[in-house]
Amino acid sequence: MPNAALLAIILLPVCSFLFISLVLRPFFNRRPLISAYTTIAAIAGSLVLSIWALIEVNGAEHHLLTNVNYQWLAIGDTVINIGIRMDSLAAIMVVTVSFVSLLVQIYSIGYMKGDGGFARYFAFMSLFTGSMLGLVMANNLLFLFLFWEGVGLCSYLLIGFWFHKPAAARAAMKAFLVTRIGDFGFLVAIIFLYVKTGTFDIGELQTQALSGVLSGSTLTLAAIGVFSGAVGKSGQFPLHTWLPDAMEGPTPVSALIHAATMVTAGVYLVARMFPVFACSETAIVVVAVIGGFTAIFAASMGLVASDIKRVLAYSTISQLGYMMLGLGVVGYGYANQMLGQEEAMALGVAVAIFHLFTHAFFKALLFLGSGSASHATGTFNMLKMGGLRKAQPWTYATFLIGSLSLAGIWPLAGFWSKEGILHEAYAYTSVLFGLAMVTVFMTAFYMFRAVFLTFHGEYRGGEAGDHGSHSLHESPKVMLIPMVILAFFAVIAGWLPVGEFLGAETHFSFFGALTGWIAWLSLVMGGAGIFLAYAIYCRKWLSADSIRKGLGPVYSTIFRKYFFDELYENFFVMRALVNGLFAGMQWVDTYIVDGTVNGVAAVTVGAGKVVRRLETGQLQVYGLAIFIGILAIIACLFIFS
Amino acid sequence: MNVGLEHFLILSAILFAIGLYGALSKRNAVVILMCIELMLNAVNIAMVAFSHYKAAIAGQVFAIFIMVVAAAEVAVGLALIIAIYRHKKTVDAEKFDLMKW
Amino acid sequence: MGLDVAFWILAAICVAAAIAVVFVRDIFRVALFMILCFFAIAGIYVTLRADFLAGAQVLIYVGAIGVLIIFGIMLTRDSKRGSPSGRLRPAAMLVALLFLGTMIAVIVGTNWGVASEPSVGPTTSEIATSIFGQDGFVLAFEIAGALMLAAVIGAIVLMRDK
Repeated sequence: MPNAALLAIILLPVCSFLFISLVLRPFFNRRPLISAYTTIAAIAGSLVLSIWALIEVNGAEHHLLTNVNYQWLAIGDTVINIGIRMDSLAAIMVVTVSFVSLLVQIYSIGYMKGDGGFARYFAFMSLFTGSMLGLVMANNLLFLFLFWEGVGLCSYLLIGFWFHKPAAARAAMKAFLVTRIGDFGFLVAIIFLYVKTGTFDIGELQTQALSGVLSGSTLTLAAIGVFSGAVGKSGQFPLHTWLPDAMEGPTPVSALIHAATMVTAGVYLVARMFPVFACSETAIVVVAVIGGFTAIFAASMGLVASDIKRVLAYSTISQLGYMMLGLGVVGYGYANQMLGQEEAMALGVAVAIFHLFTHAFFKALLFLGSGSASHATGTFNMLKMGGLRKAQPWTYATFLIGSLSLAGIWPLAGFWSKEGILHEAYAYTSVLFGLAMVTVFMTAFYMFRAVFLTFHGEYRGGEAGDHGSHSLHESPKVMLIPMVILAFFAVIAGWLPVGEFLGAETHFSFFGALTGWIAWLSLVMGGAGIFLAYAIYCRKWLSADSIRKGLGPVYSTIFRKYFFDELYENFFVMRALVNGLFAGMQWVDTYIVDGTVNGVAAVTVGAGKVVRRLETGQLQVYGLAIFIGILAIIACLFIFS
Repeated sequence: MNVGLEHFLILSAILFAIGLYGALSKRNAVVILMCIELMLNAVNIAMVAFSHYKAAIAGQVFAIFIMVVAAAEVAVGLALIIAIYRHKKTVDAEKFDLMKW
Repeated sequence: MGLDVAFWILAAICVAAAIAVVFVRDIFRVALFMILCFFAIAGIYVTLRADFLAGAQVLIYVGAIGVLIIFGIMLTRDSKRGSPSGRLRPAAMLVALLFLGTMIAVIVGTNWGVASEPSVGPTTSEIATSIFGQDGFVLAFEIAGALMLAAVIGAIVLMRDK
């Protein structure tokens, strides 16, 4: 496969962005649909090329198709390359990204219809897709960081798409700034690695880590720095606060960026740099612990959210935590010599990326479904919805499939990938395994709480002033078809040999998976969650209100998102930084810096005032001055002769 | 005691210093002029003393010329002072400050 | 010996009169003290055997300059302020004293190389020869004349009533 075709995977959407923003928007603004078709055509082209690449990778040895470098900058001894690597990991990612992106763009034609910024939306979506594709194909850290920032930028632009809404603008800013904290750590790590090893190339870094050249505290610090970027981008604890607020953006944006692709960039980064992480026990333990903790932490907040997109956002954070957990525990196993090197490297990546793969489908599906529900009711608040399964049967069916898949019910896709992670977690740790199991229960519960609140019961009116219950209707086909396709994959994706493709020795056995006790335990937990949700929200055998009152302070803590927003915004930003550090800096600027400058001027003026006294215009003063001068000359003559 | 050249020179210096003090500190312009005359006379004494003790008549010639110049200077100086007096109605030297900043 | 005594007396009168010029308040008396000083200086010239110069001193200084200054005083009668001291008094005192000290130090510390035979006899012809004789100061004489012409014209121009 020619390298130009590989580059075209990235360039097609980017060119689409340029075409839309430079040609279509200025000149053809009256026909916004053209920008939609341009985007879809470009991404379809990328998809075709990606599938071709996938096939080629499958046939290549070691599943590595190409790893090329084009020299970009040469500054003295430093050479910065544009590097493309197409191996199994990259191939899976490009196919997933372009496929889900294509379906979301088709959905967007229906969802964003009539919006004034239609063309702008598709321009940003193209740019985002191009950046994400570039990110997964980059083979050196600097080039990867370029696209990393690109997706961050597009996220900002798309979250704040309806920038007239102050909440959206604020959310976009928050997303950008919180991820920026992580990106800072990432950039420091990149530079640190370069200073210590002299290379940006990921392959070389991996070799150095595995061979022990790069080790010790250098390796740990660098790995943690890289991980901080992943924490920011994937919304892990403690940089998780931006993802729920990011739901202010349009729903297809949430589906694509904050479910299937951008937030998974963090997981992808850790997977790509997995050897570097695995060789440092401290770093990999950090990854595992943060992943496991985030999973249960976010799930707990999803239990009480009333906005359906927020439930899905917390679910995304939680599932990303699962992926990090998968990477973490396998790396831990390797660090403690419980696994061989080649086996561990492939297994860690396989476990996490398999879950990423299945998650992309069902999470995007769930988001698109929520968009469809809001299309009919005018709101995302589940407490105002209800009974939609009669009016929107297709939406209901696909949403249900997605929920079952997320809850990990056999034989849907989510079961297989979650299974992989739980299995590995049990092998190497018991605490995190326990947390992960509890999270399975919570996941099922909150997901089916959402299902029952939204689609069962009686319609509670929706947004005031919108349709009455008689005019609830199903969404148009252009929105339904992508959902159906995603639902199809949410069922079968687990049956695809992703693990083997990534080089791990996983064996797929359709019925054999039910023999392990872990599988049964997870199914029981999932079933229990579904049943509890059924009991509370469908049959009302238990009252949600009484539970809430009973757990009073616990409930309100969780409902307030554990007060993290207050901590970050009120305490850190306002008190410590703005009023503390920045006020101090401003004081220094006003009194010391400006004071010095003003002081110099004041000294000059003061000196002038003094010197002015010699210029009186009176002759006697001048005469006195002359004689003083004469005396001085005589004195000098005496002294120096 | 014998009066030597130094005595005359010291007398000249004393007169010069007194005239200098008066020229720099007095406020009445005419008095300043008088003190300037005093200074010129002090110099004359020195000139003549040198002429006497060094047997050179040039000292006295110099003294004559100084007198000439002094006379001319007093004439013009007084004319100036009176002209200013006509204008400003005062001869207070501290009030002559047109050249002030 | 007699000349020595004369010198001391005349020097005392001279210095006293000069101090009076500077410190007396009434202007008219100041003018008179100045004239006294001029007389004393003329006496000192005599002790220095400069007879022509003594005469010239009395004629020019006392006769012309002294009278001119008294005219000036009368024509510029200020208020009853007289001759006060300005605000530069301390600085001027300091400068004058320093100057005096320096001069005395120089005078006393220099070897003047006094000639062994002081001149004797009337000086008028010597001065005349020195100015108008061969290799004399004729140019200076002429310039002095031009200077006086300029001074006269200048004084007249300044005093003209417009």
